[in-house]
Amino acid sequence: MLRIKNLSAGYGRLKVLRNISLHVNQGEIVTLIGANGAGKTTLLSTVCGLLRATNGEIYLQGRDISRQRPERIVASGCSLVPEGRQVFAAMSVRDNLLLGAFVRYRAAKNKRRSMDLKPVYQLFPVLKEREAQMAGTLSGGEQQMLAMGRALMAQPALIMMDEPSTGLAPMIVKNIFSIIRQLKDKGNTVLLIEQNARAALRIADRGYVMENGKIIVQGPAADLLANQDVQRAYLGQNVDNK
Amino acid sequence: MSTELFFQYFSAGITYGFLYAIVAIGFNIIYNATGIINFAQGEFVMLGGMTAISLYPFMPLPLAIVAAVIITTIIGALVEIIFIRWLDNPSVLRMIIITIGLSILIREAALFVWGESVRSLPYFNGNSISSINIMGANVSPQVLWVIGVCAVMVTILSLFFQLSTLGREMRACAANRLAATLCGINTRNRITLSFMLSAAIGAAAGCVMSPITYSQYDMGPGLAIKGFTVAILGGLGNSMAAVAAGLLLGLVESFSVMVLPQSYQEIIATSILLLVLFIRPHGLFGNKDTAALKEF
Ligand SMILES: Nc1ncnc2c1ncn2[C@@H]1O[C@H](COP(=O)(O)OP(=O)(O)OP(=O)(O)O)[C@@H](O)[C@H]1O
Ligand SMILES: [Mg+2]
Repeated sequence: MLRIKNLSAGYGRLKVLRNISLHVNQGEIVTLIGANGAGKTTLLSTVCGLLRATNGEIYLQGRDISRQRPERIVASGCSLVPEGRQVFAAMSVRDNLLLGAFVRYRAAKNKRRSMDLKPVYQLFPVLKEREAQMAGTLSGGEQQMLAMGRALMAQPALIMMDEPSTGLAPMIVKNIFSIIRQLKDKGNTVLLIEQNARAALRIADRGYVMENGKIIVQGPAADLLANQDVQRAYLGQNVDNK
Repeated sequence: MSTELFFQYFSAGITYGFLYAIVAIGFNIIYNATGIINFAQGEFVMLGGMTAISLYPFMPLPLAIVAAVIITTIIGALVEIIFIRWLDNPSVLRMIIITIGLSILIREAALFVWGESVRSLPYFNGNSISSINIMGANVSPQVLWVIGVCAVMVTILSLFFQLSTLGREMRACAANRLAATLCGINTRNRITLSFMLSAAIGAAAGCVMSPITYSQYDMGPGLAIKGFTVAILGGLGNSMAAVAAGLLLGLVESFSVMVLPQSYQEIIATSILLLVLFIRPHGLFGNKDTAALKEF
């Protein structure tokens, strides 16, 4: 689905990503964990085309997308749920979701069907209740659901999420993670970025650990959960005392 | 004051009020899409009127007006494509300087093409002395044209932004450009479109107003000040409030001749602008909180 080879990128002279290689297979949840400033968001921005790669290749479904404009990348099936949600605050929940379907209704013959909100409302019943409300007045958890729903409206082949659990109460976080799990069960492919490493690894198939712009550990999620270095650095466990 | 005199001031106030409102809405459309104030807005009004006047000898009036609106719209698009599009995240100050520069450029070009002469389109119906009797007062049919055309434009624009998918996409680009890009929307094209829309309504207003206000190469800056005042008065970005604010300014100006010498009429807008900026910078109709959630 997604294959990244030797990717480097940064902001001007500041190099952030160094030689990143990772891949996500069809139907998998892959999680990328790492501390603040590791370069996780930078990686997603580069995949989305918001940032130019200085080196390396990014293949989406076999096609190189590393030189494409962000709109084209979304149209070819890769959607991002950005850090900080970025909902259209002054627009209604419904309008937000309809905008998510942009790439589909532009290409579709049957415009009405491409704007069908039902699947997203089924996944997030609360959005149906808040349909006419301004997105900016939603709670943090609802905004996160809206951002996810908006990305899903495009029916992307790959959905990437940047720290969906940030700033949410434990109950809501649990809810969000169970929804991500449901997405996988429905056949979606997810690249999940998280600081909440334990929760992310529990629902993921595989994981990568990033530090200072490099991938330092990778493997099946269960192995990472059991890995002592990972436990010490990211799962908040003091292994020596056990 | 006689009812007739009252009505005359009133209709003049409304006429100018609508013109100011259209200029203000032009500001708003571009402001909403880009966050910048396009100080060349008044030039679009001038270009519309002057182009129609030049075309009129060669074709019927309606055709000349349509052609003038189309030409001005194309100029609006070119302005954006040539001067704005390639800038990468420019600062507000830089944008202001660029649009002021543009307004000077367009004005000088107009001076070169049309000279300093004051011109006007013919009255759409009848002539300068024909009038329609409404409730005992005589109103020029052109005034009705102005009110009608402006009201129709405002209605269509607001329906366009609220109900059409393209309008929704433009609002999205205004609300959050990054998120719009992530939805797959080409935000640059939507910004070009906002310049075209703004140029089109400016040009249309410039044509219907021309018989009453006349057209001249340097009418732009004066209009821009009035339109800017109205946009600020209504709360930047809010087009419905701009109509109310425009009518208010138009009426205040028009009735001011009862208490102030005519020559003071011009400073009213500037005084209002300064007052509003000092006291209620978010506009008469906005409040601070909703100003953060800006909308068309
Ligand atoms: N727009 C930017 N301009 C310059 N430097 C940036 C920019 N965005 C991020 N950086 C720098 O790039 C590095 C990686 O940032 P990035 O946002 O990718 O980290 P992250 O892993 O997503 O962190 P967090 O978990 O806090 O979101 C940081 O050192 C940061 O200062
Ligand atoms: Mg981040």
